[in-house]
Amino acid sequence: MSALLDVIVLGAGPAGAAAAVEASRRGLKVLLVDEALSAGGQVYRVATGIRASKATPERAAGDALRAALAASHVDARFGHRVWQVERNTASFAVHAVHVSGPVTLTTRALIVAGGAVERHIPIDGWDRPGVIGLAGATVLLKAQCMLPGRHVVVAGAGPLLLAVAAGIIHGGGRVAAVVDLQPRMRWLRDWRSLASRPDLLARGARWMATLLGSRTPMLHASAVRRIEGNPVVSSVVVASLDAAGRLGAGTRERTIACDSVCLGFGLQPATDITRLLGAAHAFDAARGGWHVVTDQHQATSIAGLFVCGDAAGIAGAAAAPWSGRVAAAAVDRHLGRVSVAEALSATTPLHAARDRAARFGRAMTQVAEGGDGVIAAMAPGTPVCLCEQVSRATIDAAVDAGATTMSEVKSATRCGMGPCGGRLCEDAAARLIALRTGTSRDAVGMATGRPPLRPVALDQLAGDFDYDALPIAQPVPL
Amino acid sequence: MTSTDLRITDGVERGPRVSFQCDGREVEAHEGESLAAALWAGGIRTHAGLHEDGPPYRVLFCAMGVCQQCVVQVDGARVEACRVLVRAGLDVRTRT
Repeated sequence: MSALLDVIVLGAGPAGAAAAVEASRRGLKVLLVDEALSAGGQVYRVATGIRASKATPERAAGDALRAALAASHVDARFGHRVWQVERNTASFAVHAVHVSGPVTLTTRALIVAGGAVERHIPIDGWDRPGVIGLAGATVLLKAQCMLPGRHVVVAGAGPLLLAVAAGIIHGGGRVAAVVDLQPRMRWLRDWRSLASRPDLLARGARWMATLLGSRTPMLHASAVRRIEGNPVVSSVVVASLDAAGRLGAGTRERTIACDSVCLGFGLQPATDITRLLGAAHAFDAARGGWHVVTDQHQATSIAGLFVCGDAAGIAGAAAAPWSGRVAAAAVDRHLGRVSVAEALSATTPLHAARDRAARFGRAMTQVAEGGDGVIAAMAPGTPVCLCEQVSRATIDAAVDAGATTMSEVKSATRCGMGPCGGRLCEDAAARLIALRTGTSRDAVGMATGRPPLRPVALDQLAGDFDYDALPIAQPVPL
Repeated sequence: MTSTDLRITDGVERGPRVSFQCDGREVEAHEGESLAAALWAGGIRTHAGLHEDGPPYRVLFCAMGVCQQCVVQVDGARVEACRVLVRAGLDVRTRT
């Protein structure tokens, strides 16, 4: 086991990288850990297999992040998959696997910058090959310069709808339709927040111009009801929502042919590590749902544990570096290296910048809200948990048999117990439980966090060992 | 669908062409591409995955190591195809 560090930062996206650089600048002994092979997170992911491609603002931001990291004294460990984090008295132990074997790192403070995971609403046929997450489609377009299909339906909610649809058209593909849960111009409702970032607003306007210019059909207040194919996607059935946001039996349906469906319903904070550590969490749809509770200084309910970026509530990539720097300053104070007064005076401008930048991200999060009508209309046989093949009917039956919380339904049905750890299905399962019990998401709660955080192979964990050197207990005499 | 169909060509210069094996079939790709993307573009859309009698699994869904749908065997180790970079001669197996 290595020496005790001042701080470990988990996640090298815009929040974590900024936190690590700031911590290092403050003279802290800092280690940055990420399972990817380079820094940038998903939003600024490095293109691989590509020698040259068109310049984008995101690539410039990612290159700047990586240059700042390279110029710092941060010890960055890439290719490290963290599978367990433990809290000890005044320290944390981070267990990871790397191609060279298992690694355990110990630290006095921990900054979690785990980012976001996409929210999915299961739809009949969403498990067909050819259905790709909207976030996955952005990775495919940006980091692989590849189209998800030649003739694609882009469906769901949130700003990624426009980003992916415009990316497909720019890449030479066709968008058969954009199917948006929100009514037309819903995103203008919070125009004051959007106006706080004219650059990002202009980018959204350019995406919209691309779609209008290509005469892409834009279906608003609509949702995909079924995805058909044998087995690869060949068409979707789309219906419009009524004024109350419901997908009733009488709604008019239309079939749209396509060779791929990009589907997603916004982002939700990654809570796996903070759940495992037992930090306090809260549900707030405006922050992307369940998120770890943090104060002004990004501190959680656990001493020495700080969370920044989207993991602390979706606020967007623009706000992430500011919250990362706030977290690093808070660690400095936690370790007793600077006084509260010093820390406060130094970080007040950071707080203001963070809160200003978060307004845009929060407005975008709200654009992705909704979908209760799609949840309610889900066919009984629709698989909710893909790993364990748990259908809506099975979840409903568990609720009818008395399970009222996410943990109880998980125990009763195995929903969320598969290799993805419930990251794909838990939100939808919890919504189904809330709908059937008539209670709130707070009452339904989250499933208890359990290791491993990610699937790991036993031989990776075991590493190299001498079988004959293993201590074997003597049998107890009869 | 040919292997070049989904790769964007406008303004993009790719790494060297390589080939690898997937269940004994030769797949053409570019060095350094994500294996999941290379399988997808190479026309391999499904694999048996975890459930022997269940629906086919996808080689591409989240593209970022979350969903576990693209887990295959690469040179003998179980790994998410989206977290593997293509190099010449990879031995990819979708059933064990």
